[in-house]
Amino acid sequence: MTAIPATARKRQRNGSSRANFADNRARGPRQSIMSRSAAMIIMGVFTLYFLTPIWWLLTTSTKTGGEITSTPPLWFTSNSLGTFLDNLGRLFAYGDGLFGRWLVNSAIYAGVGALIGTVIAAMCGYALAKYEFKGREAVFNVVLSGVLVPATALALPLFLIFSQVNLTNTMWAVFLPSLVSPFGVYLARIYAAASVPGELLEAARLDGSGEIRTFFTLSTRLMAPALVTIFLFQFVAIWNNFFLPLIMLRDQALFPVTLGLYAWNSQISQIPELRSLVIVGALVSIVPLIIAFLALQRFWSSGLGAGGVK
Amino acid sequence: MTVTSTPAEGPKALPAARKNRSSVAQRRAVALFIAPFALLFLAFYAIPIVYAIVQSLLTVEREGTFGKPRQVFGGLVQYEQVFQNTAFWESVGRVLLFGVVQVPIMLGLALLFALLLDSPLLKGKKFFRLAFFAPYAVPGVIAAIMWGFLYSPSLSPFEAVTSNVNFLSAELVLWAIANIVTWVYVGYNMLIIYASLLAIPTEIYEAARLDGASNIQIAWRIKIPLVVPAIILTAVFSIIGTLQLLAEPQTLRSFSSAINSTFTPNLAVYTTASVPNYNLAAAFSVVLALATFILSFFFLKSTQRKVTQ
Repeated sequence: MTAIPATARKRQRNGSSRANFADNRARGPRQSIMSRSAAMIIMGVFTLYFLTPIWWLLTTSTKTGGEITSTPPLWFTSNSLGTFLDNLGRLFAYGDGLFGRWLVNSAIYAGVGALIGTVIAAMCGYALAKYEFKGREAVFNVVLSGVLVPATALALPLFLIFSQVNLTNTMWAVFLPSLVSPFGVYLARIYAAASVPGELLEAARLDGSGEIRTFFTLSTRLMAPALVTIFLFQFVAIWNNFFLPLIMLRDQALFPVTLGLYAWNSQISQIPELRSLVIVGALVSIVPLIIAFLALQRFWSSGLGAGGVK
Repeated sequence: MTVTSTPAEGPKALPAARKNRSSVAQRRAVALFIAPFALLFLAFYAIPIVYAIVQSLLTVEREGTFGKPRQVFGGLVQYEQVFQNTAFWESVGRVLLFGVVQVPIMLGLALLFALLLDSPLLKGKKFFRLAFFAPYAVPGVIAAIMWGFLYSPSLSPFEAVTSNVNFLSAELVLWAIANIVTWVYVGYNMLIIYASLLAIPTEIYEAARLDGASNIQIAWRIKIPLVVPAIILTAVFSIIGTLQLLAEPQTLRSFSSAINSTFTPNLAVYTTASVPNYNLAAAFSVVLALATFILSFFFLKSTQRKVTQ
C-alpha cells in the first residue's frame, strides 16, 4: 500500500504520452483518428448524462411555478435572474427561515463532526501505523470489521439507546455517532505508513520532542493531504446520512438540509407552493459540496488512490 | 515515569534507562492516540450492536388484554418472525436483484471511463474527470428528488420519453432507482480505479507496446489485472451500499405509489420501528448487518484468492 508522490506520477504520465505518441505514429493516423473519436463520443454522451440533471436543476430554479411546465425545460427565460432571486428570497423566508436553519445544522453536523472525526481517526490510524504494541493487529481487525458493518444497521439501536437517556430529538443524537469513522482510521493508517518516515520520528525523539507534540507539529503536517481526503469523505458521509436523522429527529428546526428537503418534498401534494422551493433548495444545498470538491481537488484526487492501491 | 536514572548508576546504565523511558512514553502515547476513537467506537458501534442483539432476543408480553406490556426474554421468537416475514424476504430479494444488475454495470462503466482517462486517446481529461465526478456531490435524497421530477410524466423535460415509458411504474421503478444510484456513484468509482491506474509504472507496458500490442490489448492484459484490488474495494462498498438502500426509495415514494413501505430491507426496518415494534425491527437489523458482513467478507476472501493465484 503505497502512495506515489506527485512528481513521480507526473514523470510516469509524461513517459506514457511520449510512448503513445510514437506508437500512434507507427500505426498510422487513420486507426488513431477512429479510436480517438470513438473515445470522445463515449465520453461526450456520458457528459450529457451526468450534467443534464444538474443543468435542469439550474434552469428550473430560475422559473416560477407556472413556467416550469410552460417554458422550454433546459433553457432560461427572459426574466431568469429576477425570478431566481425571488425564488431564493421565498426559500429563505418560508417557515421563519427554516431553510437557513437546516443549512447551519448541516454545517454543524458535517463540518464540525468531520473535523473532530478526522483528528480522532488520524490519531488512531497513526498509532496503528507507527508504533509496535501488543494488540495492534487486534485493534486493526476491529477497525476493519467496523468498515464492513453497515451504518444503517446501527441507526435503530442508537435510537433505542439515546431514548434511554432522553437524548433523541437533540442535535447530539446525530452529531455524536457521526464522529466515528472506521474507514477514516483505515485510510489514516495507510497514509501515515506511507508519508511519515520512521527515521524522522527517531530524530524527533533524540531531539527530546514528546510523542504527542511530534504528532501534532510534525506528523500531521506530513499527512496533511491525506487528512483533507479523510475530512472530505467523512463530511460527505455525514452530509448524505439519511437514516440516522430520519429516525432520531422530530423537531424540524434540528433537521439537516437533506432531511428538511425530503420533508418538504413529501408535502408537495398538499402544499404545491413547495415544489419550486424544493427545486431551488436542492440547488442551494449542493453548491457548498461542489465548491468544497473543486477547491480541494488536488488533495482528494491524489488521496483517493491510496485506499485502492495495494 | 519512575525510571529516571541517577548519576550513581554510571554512564553504562544510561542508554538502557533511556530506551526504557522512551518505550514507556511511547506506550502512553499509543494509549492516548487510540483512546478517543476506542471510546467513541465502543459507545456508538460496539454497544449498539450488542444492544440490537439483546433487543432482538426480547419479546413484549401482556398480562391479559389490557395489562401493562413488559419486555421478557423470548429466545429466538423474533427471528422466527423474521424468517416467516415474506415482505422482508421479498425486499431482500429485490435488493439482491438490484445489486446483481446495477453493481456490474456501474463498475463496468467506471472501469471503462478510467481506462479512457488513462489512455492517450482523450483530450480534456480534467474536464471529463470533474464532470463525471460532479454527481457524487449530490446527496442521495437530493438526487432522488431531482430524478423524481425528471421521471414524472407531467414535469419531465423529456416528455416524449416519459409520456410513453412510465419509469415510476411497479415494473420499472427498481431500475429507475438503479439509474439514480449509478448516476451518483460511477464518477466516484471511476476516480478510485483511475488513481490506481496512475500508480502503475509505465515501464510495465512499454515493453508490450514495443512488441506491437494495441491499446485494447494493453488495457485488457496488463492494466485491468493490475487494478483488480481497486475494483474489489469499490465492489465491496457497492455491495454494502446496495443492501442499505433507503434514502432514494424513501424519497421516491412521494413520486411513485409503486414503492411500498417494505420496498427495501432498511425501509422494512424503519416501518417496523415506527409501529413501534422495536424487537422485530432490531432482529431485522441484526439479520441485515450479518448478511452484509458475510457477503462482503466472502467476496473479499474469494477474490483475494483469485488474485494471488
